[in-house]
Formats: sequence, structure tokens, C-alpha cells
Amino acid sequence: MANALVNVPAQARRGEVVEIKALVSHPMETGYRRSQTGEAIPRDIIRQFVCTYNGAEVFRAELHPAIAANPFFAFSTVATESGTVTFTWTGDKGFALTESASITVVD
Amino acid sequence: MGPARVEVLACRWSLAAAVLLGLTALAIAGEIPSGERRSGYQFMSRETRAMQDDDTSNPGLLWVLEGAALWNRKAGAAGRACADCHGDARAGMKGVAARFPALDAAQGKPVDLEQRINRCRLEGQQAPALAWESKELLALTAYVARQSRAVPIQIAVEERMQPFLDAGRALWEQRQGQINLSCSQCHDDHWGRQLAGNVIPQAHPTGYPVYRLEWQGLGSLQRRLRNCLAGIRAEPYDYGSPELVNLELFLMWRAGGMPMESPAVRP
Repeated sequence: MANALVNVPAQARRGEVVEIKALVSHPMETGYRRSQTGEAIPRDIIRQFVCTYNGAEVFRAELHPAIAANPFFAFSTVATESGTVTFTWTGDKGFALTESASITVVD
Repeated sequence: MGPARVEVLACRWSLAAAVLLGLTALAIAGEIPSGERRSGYQFMSRETRAMQDDDTSNPGLLWVLEGAALWNRKAGAAGRACADCHGDARAGMKGVAARFPALDAAQGKPVDLEQRINRCRLEGQQAPALAWESKELLALTAYVARQSRAVPIQIAVEERMQPFLDAGRALWEQRQGQINLSCSQCHDDHWGRQLAGNVIPQAHPTGYPVYRLEWQGLGSLQRRLRNCLAGIRAEPYDYGSPELVNLELFLMWRAGGMPMESPAVRP
């Protein structure tokens, strides 16, 4: 499965507020459901999403069972310098995924 | 959301449907004039529309990306990828999904896009057919259908297709299930009205495969049709059955001229 779609503007002016979007493929199985034969389906969710901008954390979210499959985050940050925006999702069953995108800041 | 939950929802809808139609004294049967045709998109909330419109928030694009990878991956005994015969899908597959279901000359009957992809798997790639609603088949279908976005639906009805189209229309108009409803009674006669908390759309399949929020995933038109059949408490036809393909054919013909939206988002 294609894992994640991230969107960071390729170029921004210094000091500009930029919107960052991240969509990830994940079933977000709640752990409260049962299969058709009655066994409990174990929880399988993303627990945490972190976004860093040149190593500095700019956004963090904790996820819970009520969040829908394929979680989507949109948030904003200030474009300070050219560099890399890194996205990390971690969760149950050892789920770990990292994506990154680069941004160029012009004066 | 699991199958059990979906069934409960379907039952609730169908009960509501019975009440709604029971209370309606006058049912004006008939086709929707072309000027009044609406895509399901136009019945959606602003938020759901925004989700579909932006390729970074539309979860259907996750399947499209996967489909792009599959398109270029060699498979089967022939060791060929889709791209080896069809080239770049962005050029070669443009408008293709808007013409399906189409006549398969060898079989003498219409096949839908999923069946056409599986024929390529079997004959071209000599690989096992992909299962209905499997991630791979949905991904490839979504990738091919994505290339037809904004292309008007155009079903070529020639002489050999006519009986299948007629059969599809007959099925559309036929009352069935314990609730004894036809597709047409809801979607031709009562579109735009409420069925429980939901608006009844006109049932134009402009955006399949769709990402349905209720499913929390991508699904084919056949899955949606089976869903409706369960809703009227009829026994759903099997995946790939001629009845479902005829119905798909009729629906696409009925939506002729409307632009494709695949992969769409629906509530």
C-alpha cells in the first residue's frame, strides 16, 4: 500500500505562514470490535504523529481509537529557512513510518 | 467499520425507506431530465467536497499511488508489467474508464473495468486474477480511472450491447427484496429527499472506485450496488455476476455526458 502523501509548499518567502498536510494509510483498528466468529480484533492504531522542521518539532499529535482510518493532518508553521520537513508516524504492532519533503525559503 | 455494522446501517436505511415510500401517496415514475441530473458530489457537505477536491486530502489517492506502482511492476509467467504493453497510463488510459463497461468481443458481453484488468492479468501477464475488492485490484482500477478525471462518460451502445443495456434497465426498474423496492423508486422518483439522515442521490456512478467514509476505504461500484441490494433486503448478486455488470452498464449509460470524478469521496 502506498503509505503516505505529504504536501509542503516547494517554495515560500521567509516569515510566511505555510500550510502542511499529511495523509497516511492506516486501518486504525479500534480494538473494540469482534470478528464474525466472535474473537476480539486486537487494537492496531497509530499512537503518535510528529512533524519536525530542520530537526525542530513543529507539530505533535497523539492518536486514539476513535480516529478514522487513513488519518489526515493539516497544520501550519512559519517558513524560517530552507531545509527538510520530516513526518513520523508510530503506532501499534511496531508501526513506524517516516516521510520527508523539502522546502526552499527565499527572501 | 465491519460488515456487521454496515448491515445494521443498511437495515435501518431500508426500514426508513419503507416508511418514506409508504407515506408518499404519489410516486411520479420516470427518468431524470438531463438538466436536473446531479452527481453525488452535489449532495455532499462542504467539508466532504473539500476532501475530494484536494489531492492531498483525498484518501483515494493512496490507492492511486499504489496503482501507479503496480502498473510498472512485472507480474505473472509472462514477466510483463501493464506499462510494457500500454505505456504511460497518463496518456494511454485517458478516457478509458469513462467508456466502461464495454463490449468484450471474445465473450460477446460487456465487461467492467475490473474484469477488463483481470483479463489482462490472465491473458497478457499470465498471472492469477486479482480478487474482487482486493487492495491490488482496487488500486489498479483507481489508477486507471484517475486518468479519466473530468472526461465525460460515454458508453457506446451498439446493437450487440443493446440487450445487456435493456437487461440492466429492467433490473433497475424491478421491485425486489423483502422491502419490495426498485432502484428507480428511490433514485429516479425520490432523489434529493431524506432517507434517515442521508440525502438520496441520483445514483450516477461518476466517481468509482470511491472512497466511502462509511467504509473507511475504497470500494467498487459492485460493492456499492450490493450494499443497496442488502438495504432493500434482497439477496445481493455475486461479484462479477452478469446482473451487476448489466446494472453498471445501465447506470453508466444513464450518466452519459457527466464528468468522471474518480476516485471520488462519498459519505
